[in-house]
Amino acid sequence: MATQTDSRVPQIGQRNKKGQLVTDPNELFFLSPRTPSFLTGSEVIREAIRRASVDFSVAYPITPQSEASSLVGELYAEGYVGDYMRGESEFAVMGECAGAAFAGARVFTTTAGPGTLRAFENFPMWAGSRLPIQVVFTVRGVNSPLTIQPDTLEIAFMLETGMLLWHAESAQDLFDFMLKGYYVAEQPEVHLPIGVICDGFFVTHTKDMVMMTPEDRTLPHYDPYRSPVVCMDMEVPPVRMMRDPFVMKSNYISYMTHASWQLEIRAAIERSRKHTIPLLDGLIEVENSDAEIMLVASGTAVSQAREAIRLFRDKGVRVGLVKIKTLRPFPTEEIRKATEHAKHIFVPEFNVAGWLAREIKSTIDRNHRVVAGPHVAGGMTMPPEIIVEEIEKHMAHRRNKELVHG
Amino acid sequence: MANRIQINKEFVDIMPQDYLDLVENGTFESPNRGWKDFGTATELIAEHSLCAGCPESIAFRHIMASIPNPEDTVMVGSTGCTSLVFPMIAVHNIHSLFGNQNAIATGLKRALAVRFPDRVKDVIVLAGDGATVDIGLDMTLQSWFRKERFTTICFDNELYANTGGQESGLMQKGFLAKMAPVGKRFDKVRLPEIARESGCDYVAIMTASKPSLVEKVIKQAVLIAREVGPTYIQIYTPCILEIGKQSMEGLQEMRTSEAPGERFKFREFISPEAQSFLDGLAEKKKAEKIAATT
Repeated sequence: MATQTDSRVPQIGQRNKKGQLVTDPNELFFLSPRTPSFLTGSEVIREAIRRASVDFSVAYPITPQSEASSLVGELYAEGYVGDYMRGESEFAVMGECAGAAFAGARVFTTTAGPGTLRAFENFPMWAGSRLPIQVVFTVRGVNSPLTIQPDTLEIAFMLETGMLLWHAESAQDLFDFMLKGYYVAEQPEVHLPIGVICDGFFVTHTKDMVMMTPEDRTLPHYDPYRSPVVCMDMEVPPVRMMRDPFVMKSNYISYMTHASWQLEIRAAIERSRKHTIPLLDGLIEVENSDAEIMLVASGTAVSQAREAIRLFRDKGVRVGLVKIKTLRPFPTEEIRKATEHAKHIFVPEFNVAGWLAREIKSTIDRNHRVVAGPHVAGGMTMPPEIIVEEIEKHMAHRRNKELVHG
Repeated sequence: MANRIQINKEFVDIMPQDYLDLVENGTFESPNRGWKDFGTATELIAEHSLCAGCPESIAFRHIMASIPNPEDTVMVGSTGCTSLVFPMIAVHNIHSLFGNQNAIATGLKRALAVRFPDRVKDVIVLAGDGATVDIGLDMTLQSWFRKERFTTICFDNELYANTGGQESGLMQKGFLAKMAPVGKRFDKVRLPEIARESGCDYVAIMTASKPSLVEKVIKQAVLIAREVGPTYIQIYTPCILEIGKQSMEGLQEMRTSEAPGERFKFREFISPEAQSFLDGLAEKKKAEKIAATT
């Protein structure tokens, strides 16, 4: 039986065919030396995949991630990735990824915006089939009118797919989340697909300093025989069974079967917490939690919020920050606790819908404190001055109201 | 008996009789397995929940008896009547979405090749005409363009059977059906010809009336897909319910439809590469026979 102890699959402490040392994940993440590199986000994706022992990757050209997909192709040509192909559409690509994951491979792909929506039917299927595929969403606007610019609206569509969703603030997050993402997603009690999200262009096309793990060290290979569901390779007994069979009879047992499986997917998302918290140092990061005004954000909006906090500091106003790292699992309790002293909670977002503000409003108490905004969309940038202006406008409005009604 | 398909002795007393039968009396790793095993061996497909007399169940049974190496075969299905049978089959099989079967098979076959570079792992797609020709046509064709190494079998019942008899691309022109209220307006899609032009190294169109022919075609298709390139088989499995036939009339319907000049008269296309591969196999077999008799 071709298990992880198969001589073809190098174990921890052994070298793979590229000479990389297969390294214990925690050692790779926390103990191996890190060196600074000045890279674009797309190059960061390539470097993470180089260190992730990926068996199969499917590419499809879409702006802004086609560069990352091409770079993964170069890794395949160099021998770092088991197999690689260009798919015919995002819907097919996600099917090709699923087929490979059913066969016990570690799989990587990336898409954005309209591609995410074209592929959409696959994502709940991945989760329901417990396929720990990693996809990097380099989020951009969803048509129409046509835009290729950064926008986080597509994340709103992804929230209830049953996938783990982590939102990177920076290229450093992107690198770390990709490697750590495989580790968490493949845990037997989790075993779910993971979407690592970064904001298109702002992260993919800008250069940033990233502290990289050594090029000659790689994650251990995925072991499909630790999966909580059967790997479809005919290496385990072929009982008369079908993975993920239909439950379409009209009776209570079939409704219950379907409902309980959906609950199990959501429970698996929650079970990912205990693996994620030590790896990411918590699902949120908090600054100045005693401040009356708090900014809560994810992705590059966090960086803009940090700048806004600095501008306020210059004015002598203390403003706090909650950076949300994981959208699924959603850090409900963590956000409640971090905002319990806040009187005003602002949620800056790069989309017109304000889905993050809605998530927060639905989970914290005294949710009248939440102000959904500022919002920019369609590729607009969010200068920190806009955040400052929004907060000052709101506070002035509140003061006027108090004067009138006081 | 089989070496790879075994049972842990500790589990013998708790495993269902059906599974013990499969291990002890199945045809895994049997070099000459075929439809002649019916009645003497435990079949990979034990029962089905299709309509009584459904020709699809006959075709399914013949196919499962004919695949050359079930112990190393993974099947991919799609949504439709076939997906009611797959849960009863004793090889690993995947259902994911409607119409994406050739995309799933692509990733599956490639990943199995990465994980088992020194072993044979066959992949067989089996789906209806709606999945193959309508909603999944893009992925069907693209897998052929890319020369993906697996077999695609289409159960052609010339309509959407599972949803109640709606028009499909493989339906005959003029046929009156749901969603074709004045009769279908365009010809039956010529997928076998399209398959040949799209890169398939072996194409066959047939009915399931003759088990020995099904066996020969399936074995050729799987072996050619393993060694040469993609293969496509289109089998007429009439939906007796939707064409107004009785349970016992399915076989006659298939025979009528494969008569000379009829749309399911047996035809096959073999590429020169596939032909030379088959010739090599025949020569090897002949040499083995001579060696055995001398």
